[in-house]
Amino acid sequence: MIGADLYTALPEIVLALFAMAALIVGVYGGKDKLAEPILWATAALMVLLALYSGAQGLDVKTAFNGMYISDPFAQFSKMVVLLSAAVVLVMGQAYMLARGLLRFEYPILIALSVVGMMLMVSAGDLIALYMGLELQSLALYVVATMNRDSKRSTEAGLKYFILGSLASGLLLYGASLTYGYAGTTLFAGIISTISTDGMSVGLMMGMAFMLAGLAFKVSAVPFHMWTPDVYEGAPTPVTAFFATAPKVAAMALVARVVHEAFGVVPGDWSQIIAFLAVASMFVGSIAAIGQRDIKRLMAYSSITHMGFALVGLAAGTAQGVQGMLVYMAIYVTMNIGVFAFILTMSRDGRPVTDIDSLRQYSKSEPLRALALLVLMFSLAGVPPLVGFFGKFYVLWAAVQAGLTWLAVAGVVASVIGAFYYLRIVYFMYFGETTEPLDSVRAPVQATLLVVSAALMVLGVINLFGIEGMAALAAEALVK
Amino acid sequence: MVGLEHYLTVAAALFVIGIFGIFLNRKNIIIILMSIELMLLSVNINLVAFSSFLGDLVGQVFTLFVLTVAAAEAAIGLAILVCFFRTRGTIDVEDVNVMKG
Repeated sequence: MIGADLYTALPEIVLALFAMAALIVGVYGGKDKLAEPILWATAALMVLLALYSGAQGLDVKTAFNGMYISDPFAQFSKMVVLLSAAVVLVMGQAYMLARGLLRFEYPILIALSVVGMMLMVSAGDLIALYMGLELQSLALYVVATMNRDSKRSTEAGLKYFILGSLASGLLLYGASLTYGYAGTTLFAGIISTISTDGMSVGLMMGMAFMLAGLAFKVSAVPFHMWTPDVYEGAPTPVTAFFATAPKVAAMALVARVVHEAFGVVPGDWSQIIAFLAVASMFVGSIAAIGQRDIKRLMAYSSITHMGFALVGLAAGTAQGVQGMLVYMAIYVTMNIGVFAFILTMSRDGRPVTDIDSLRQYSKSEPLRALALLVLMFSLAGVPPLVGFFGKFYVLWAAVQAGLTWLAVAGVVASVIGAFYYLRIVYFMYFGETTEPLDSVRAPVQATLLVVSAALMVLGVINLFGIEGMAALAAEALVK
Repeated sequence: MVGLEHYLTVAAALFVIGIFGIFLNRKNIIIILMSIELMLLSVNINLVAFSSFLGDLVGQVFTLFVLTVAAAEAAIGLAILVCFFRTRGTIDVEDVNVMKG
């Protein structure tokens, strides 16, 4: 029995044991000299585990009395999380090394936070949910402060820690109320209590607090205040990580909680999520217009994108969950491309992040400028690029669920948001000349930028089949 | 007779004091850490009260997990605070302002 349970949770166990072993090797075997081998090994292991998760098939397995669920939804989310974490580790390696930030703890902390994310997307119980979320968050607080001699990095870490702990507190308070009024912490038990006794006021409060705590983690408005500061202050590879894997895991966790624990009363949570979605889309789009720093701009961009993904969840249907999963996969691919570019931005050997430095970039680096143009159009959702299809899926799911006003709001917000993406393109092609950026040879980053842009163009044929996989994942979650 | 609602009221009051401690405090970051701890402990009161009321042990198990995580969180919070103090020489809330927002 215990053997079968442990086997079901094999990917998490392997990654956690690897992280602990790497920590011992790192401490006793040479400290930061080993940072690079540990980083490559972590990335390789993550890719292997992603393949393992992908090969799991369609059966739904539970372990530890239902506390851990391994289903296609979890496998899909784990694949996206693991692959994006591996790519972000590899693409940030040169940046961290050049700035003396490549300590051996960095890949280990990333691995531990990924273990937390994998537990989050597989959680079948409030305790498992909380432990996964905290493992992820605690590791991320530390990586945000990685550059401990920098005022900005420590301030980012401090802000992230305080607001993240507040979010954990809200979530936990909601979890305690849910436990008290449902009499169990198992999602399966909560949903059966609701279907026999209905939603009590206590459960309603518990659900609202839990959604507020989770909204912090996906940086949905009005719980987004930490995002721009943390994105700006953290070292760029860490920012790239924040913008990808944790967002996918938190969004998957929201879907898991609302469908597995509160799936019989979609009316009660879909209005909360619809409000978060509308607020995120508009605040993200409008506040990004005034930003001159590309990392802050990407922070507001990710707030907007989380709003769109939440539109899919607000629909409360399997189609909506499918749209959300497709959206997150596309969002992660685009963000990896853009951050691969931001990692190469430097002048006189120092990293720069103001968007004015992009003026006339197309003259010096035509290929990279073209790739960035494609990504910016795709982020804005201009058809026929893949970013458009992501938006189309979630908005169409909202229309199908009778939330036409939400879809209309989404279209309006994406038109507002297009302005700041297009401004970057304008600067690159028509801006007035300023001091140019260094032309750095960054083969890994340039390749990732171009590949990500190429995927945005080539993906229009069939989205590489991820819609089919996402549909299977969504059907497993929404019964 | 002290019933469930009394415990829930105390927990809710402590939780709200914790939240206000984070937002209204203009002095010292250590006070924020204490407020966070207060929030987590109020949740523990909730969990233990529910656990005893329901006659179900899971709530107390949850409490033990929360206590452990709260200890880890406090350790990481203080570590980040030490780094912050080393770069700034101050831990006043008003000085956390290099980045706007």
